[in-house]
Amino acid sequence: MPLHDGRAIDVKDAAVLDSILKPPSSPLPAALAGALPSHRLTHLQRLEAESIHILREVVAETQNPVMMYSIGKDSAVMLHLAMKAFYPAKPPFPLLHVDTTWKFREMIAFRDQRAADLGLDLLVHTNPEGLARGIGPFTHGSAVHTQVMKTEALKQALDRYGFDAAFGGARRDEEKSRAKERIFSFRTDQHRWDPKNQRPELWQLYNARKNKGESIRVFPLSNWTELDIWEYIYVENIPIVPLYFAADRPVVERDGALIMVDDDRMPLKPGEVPQQRRVRFRTLGCYPLTGAIDSDADSLPAIIREMLLARTSERQGRVIDRDGGASMEQKKQEGYF
Amino acid sequence: MAPDTLPSTGEAGVSEIERYLAAQQSKSLLRFITCGSVDDGKSTLIGRLLYDSKMLFEDQLSALEADSRKVGTQGGDLDFALLVDGLSAEREQGITIDVAYRFFNTDQRKFIVADTPGHEQYTRNMVTGASTADLAIILIDARKGVLPQTRRHSFLVSLLGIRKIVLAVNKMDLMGYDQAVFERVVAEYRAFARQLDLTDIQAIPLSALKGDNVTTLTGAMPWYQGPTLIGHLETVAVTDLRANDPFRLPVQWVNRPNLDFRGYAGTIAAGTVRPGDRIRVLPSGQESRVARIVTHDGDLDVAAAGQSVTLTLTDEIDISRGDIISALDGAAEVADQMEATLVWMSEAPLLPGRPYILKVGAKSVPATVATLKHKINVNTLEQLATKTLSLNEVGLATLSLDQPVAFDVYRHNRDTGGFILIDRLTNETVAAGLIRSAIVRTVPWQILDVDKRARSQMKGQRPRVLWFTGLSGAGKSTIANLVEKKLHAHGRHTMLLDGDNVRQGLNRNLGFTDADRVENVRRVAEVSKLMVDAGLIVLVSFISPYRAERRMARELLGPGEFLEVFVDTPLSVAEGRDVKGLYAKARAGKLPNFTGIDSPYEPPESPDVRIDTQAMTAEQAANHIFTLLSRFDEDADLVDGAAI
Ligand SMILES: Nc1nc2c(ncn2[C@@H]2O[C@H](COP(=O)(O)OP(=O)(O)OP(=O)(O)O)[C@@H](O)[C@H]2O)c(=O)[nH]1
Ligand SMILES: [Mg+2]
Repeated sequence: MPLHDGRAIDVKDAAVLDSILKPPSSPLPAALAGALPSHRLTHLQRLEAESIHILREVVAETQNPVMMYSIGKDSAVMLHLAMKAFYPAKPPFPLLHVDTTWKFREMIAFRDQRAADLGLDLLVHTNPEGLARGIGPFTHGSAVHTQVMKTEALKQALDRYGFDAAFGGARRDEEKSRAKERIFSFRTDQHRWDPKNQRPELWQLYNARKNKGESIRVFPLSNWTELDIWEYIYVENIPIVPLYFAADRPVVERDGALIMVDDDRMPLKPGEVPQQRRVRFRTLGCYPLTGAIDSDADSLPAIIREMLLARTSERQGRVIDRDGGASMEQKKQEGYF
Repeated sequence: MAPDTLPSTGEAGVSEIERYLAAQQSKSLLRFITCGSVDDGKSTLIGRLLYDSKMLFEDQLSALEADSRKVGTQGGDLDFALLVDGLSAEREQGITIDVAYRFFNTDQRKFIVADTPGHEQYTRNMVTGASTADLAIILIDARKGVLPQTRRHSFLVSLLGIRKIVLAVNKMDLMGYDQAVFERVVAEYRAFARQLDLTDIQAIPLSALKGDNVTTLTGAMPWYQGPTLIGHLETVAVTDLRANDPFRLPVQWVNRPNLDFRGYAGTIAAGTVRPGDRIRVLPSGQESRVARIVTHDGDLDVAAAGQSVTLTLTDEIDISRGDIISALDGAAEVADQMEATLVWMSEAPLLPGRPYILKVGAKSVPATVATLKHKINVNTLEQLATKTLSLNEVGLATLSLDQPVAFDVYRHNRDTGGFILIDRLTNETVAAGLIRSAIVRTVPWQILDVDKRARSQMKGQRPRVLWFTGLSGAGKSTIANLVEKKLHAHGRHTMLLDGDNVRQGLNRNLGFTDADRVENVRRVAEVSKLMVDAGLIVLVSFISPYRAERRMARELLGPGEFLEVFVDTPLSVAEGRDVKGLYAKARAGKLPNFTGIDSPYEPPESPDVRIDTQAMTAEQAANHIFTLLSRFDEDADLVDGAAI
């Protein structure tokens, strides 16, 4: 079975990118593809059905939905589910990427290729004031960068297009305040989350009615775990960014994190020399804020295998999550996804 | 981290990973909650479960250690509750405010656990967690025994249809692991639970804090012979039998990418479906067959409860979001009044008579609480008279909906029998509802003068006359008959007046002269009017050849009450069929004044409905008329809540 090639690639080489994006062609074993006897659904089928139900419910009940597309593995799964939910129609909403301008170059190439392949409407928004002020993680630190280029930018984009519902790929297993969040999560006109006053959410019945100015963040992957995501990517042959596969990449070690030198905007400290190391990423974001892990896993089976042995959580690699106990909750209250 | 058997070391091959995946995928899923009174140790227990089943990563563990030192309740020792109490307010106050969902798995099963708050104030969050659970762990602090919140949560658990209970008698370490304490608590709880029909109870003595009997049996309680908590959760039987029930697909979204495709998307709530299956669409009652089960991965031969699919049908019928595509045998119920249990979830109390939005399945309709029969004292289970429900109260109500909806009773199906009420001003979800039964209207809501309006309201319908006109043998009676059957099946009160029958009784003294024909129609029109006053839907099947008499009938009745249905069959066709042999007799001169032969038929110039019998079958014609009727009623200014 041909698997995604994890070698370091030159993103300008379209042919190579193509071969990575193309899903493997061999058929799946029956036990994975089909239902179990007596109409019992497999675990992934159950998760898939629930997510599709949520996607359709939002489209039926809101006026102007959008899908936040962050290019990572969760977004890849969410997008795949959207293609399924509305088939044979295309998903009746655009994709929105909030581009901080600090994403890995391979992510951007992958993003544009994916949207083109699927024929979907892709909106890209960057905070113009942030851009003008030259905000970046190296000069302003991760907190300011995240606040201005992610949180503020997201709010700007949602306001600019008047989206009243935004799908996000967050999962409850990611983080302790996420574990508390409803599937339909309401935000005030200031995009604030009030964790102490969430709407009851019963059965599969979602109340999507909102007050003027309010919007909804909807999380169709709430009940998926990181391992479910990888298993589903494997079973469904979903294309993902090559950075998830191990390859030799130039990295420097900072505060215990392996940071990839993705472009020449990265200021090297005196004596710091990028090393070629065989690494991959468990989660993707802005390259200066995303730690790589040492790994030889260059195929999906190898990644799943590695996941099963992992001793740290995926958020370990995110530099922004380390500032303070309730930091994710606080950021979410301020409008972070 | 996961205790699953890993693919063997060495090259991570494709086949080993597929064996592993196949094993994962065939695991069953158990969704459960922890509930019970404040501080009984629910969150601690979940934290302990995650910790002991090695579901925690190193960074999460070191965060737990740091948090325990900073905000823990255990004097620096691990405070497992901090693994689940993830909101800063919860950590500051040491309580749970909202549900936390956690995921873990063992060799046998996958688990989704919802840790719910014990505080009465946050009951609605507990209900949120319980609504999707198959099993409930009810915790009791061994020192305190059964508390009011234990009773409240047990009552809600039973109400929501959770039948499997684990009674976790916790904090045994604080009671010297004493068997007598355990048995006293269990006896006290069982006595209460029996009243709730909770019988499938596994009692386990535990210490969530120390880990006794959570994942391993402890030496501290050698007198306990039962399973560990995790051992029980791994093996308790949970069978989802919904696939064996009659088919239900609540239509979520109509998929129309182009003119050639019309699909109905939704999640199957019960049963199975195959192409070719006959179905009924509710509330309209139209029948059709399944043409295809469309998915992105290709058409399916069969789909079952739980799957999200898109169906296409063999007929072009009118289906919208909120309808239920249902098996022909054992179809869903349709009503605009129902009896339901309400769990009130808003600070603002319930106001009977105020319109709320009721959402059941994919359908949202305005609805009012017509009467509140009683509320329930959760401690004594006593039924108390009440005029309202306040936050966290539970009561039995009758609801009156603006239009009929399709549903099942909650006992049969959570997804088609559970609903929410939404406040129209604040958009809050104010109540969870569980449908107990449909109500066939028997009494009017207010004592009124007994007039046409009162009579029709009692029947829950809009009275009117469907006047079928057309040549002899055109198909009037056949179609009128089918329409009446449909109406009857939808609980409507009808009467069919057929020319042949009426001429044998009321109009026995009339012949076929022009004058007699006029009198024939006049009498039938008057009788129809009386029946409309009685609140009936009257189907008149008369040749009624003259426009003037049909206009007279129309004018006798109120606006919108007379619907002229022209059963349009050309003379040549009717004569060709000649079912009763009348045309032959007439041609032979044995039946003078026969319409179409030697007596004129004046076709309607603008009938309300025209049925071209050459273009559709009688069944299709009846469906068509039935659908139009529903639409007329939507447009019309309805008698309060009354619709066909
Ligand atoms: N000694 C002892 N203490 C326990 C045990 N289980 C829980 N506790 C303690 O009881 C207190 C309350 O525990 P929690 O887990 O927060 O209780 P809870 O039921 O989740 O409380 P709410 O969610 O707020 O209703 C904490 O101080 C725990 O450490 C036990 O088995 N033995
Ligand atoms: Mg708790």
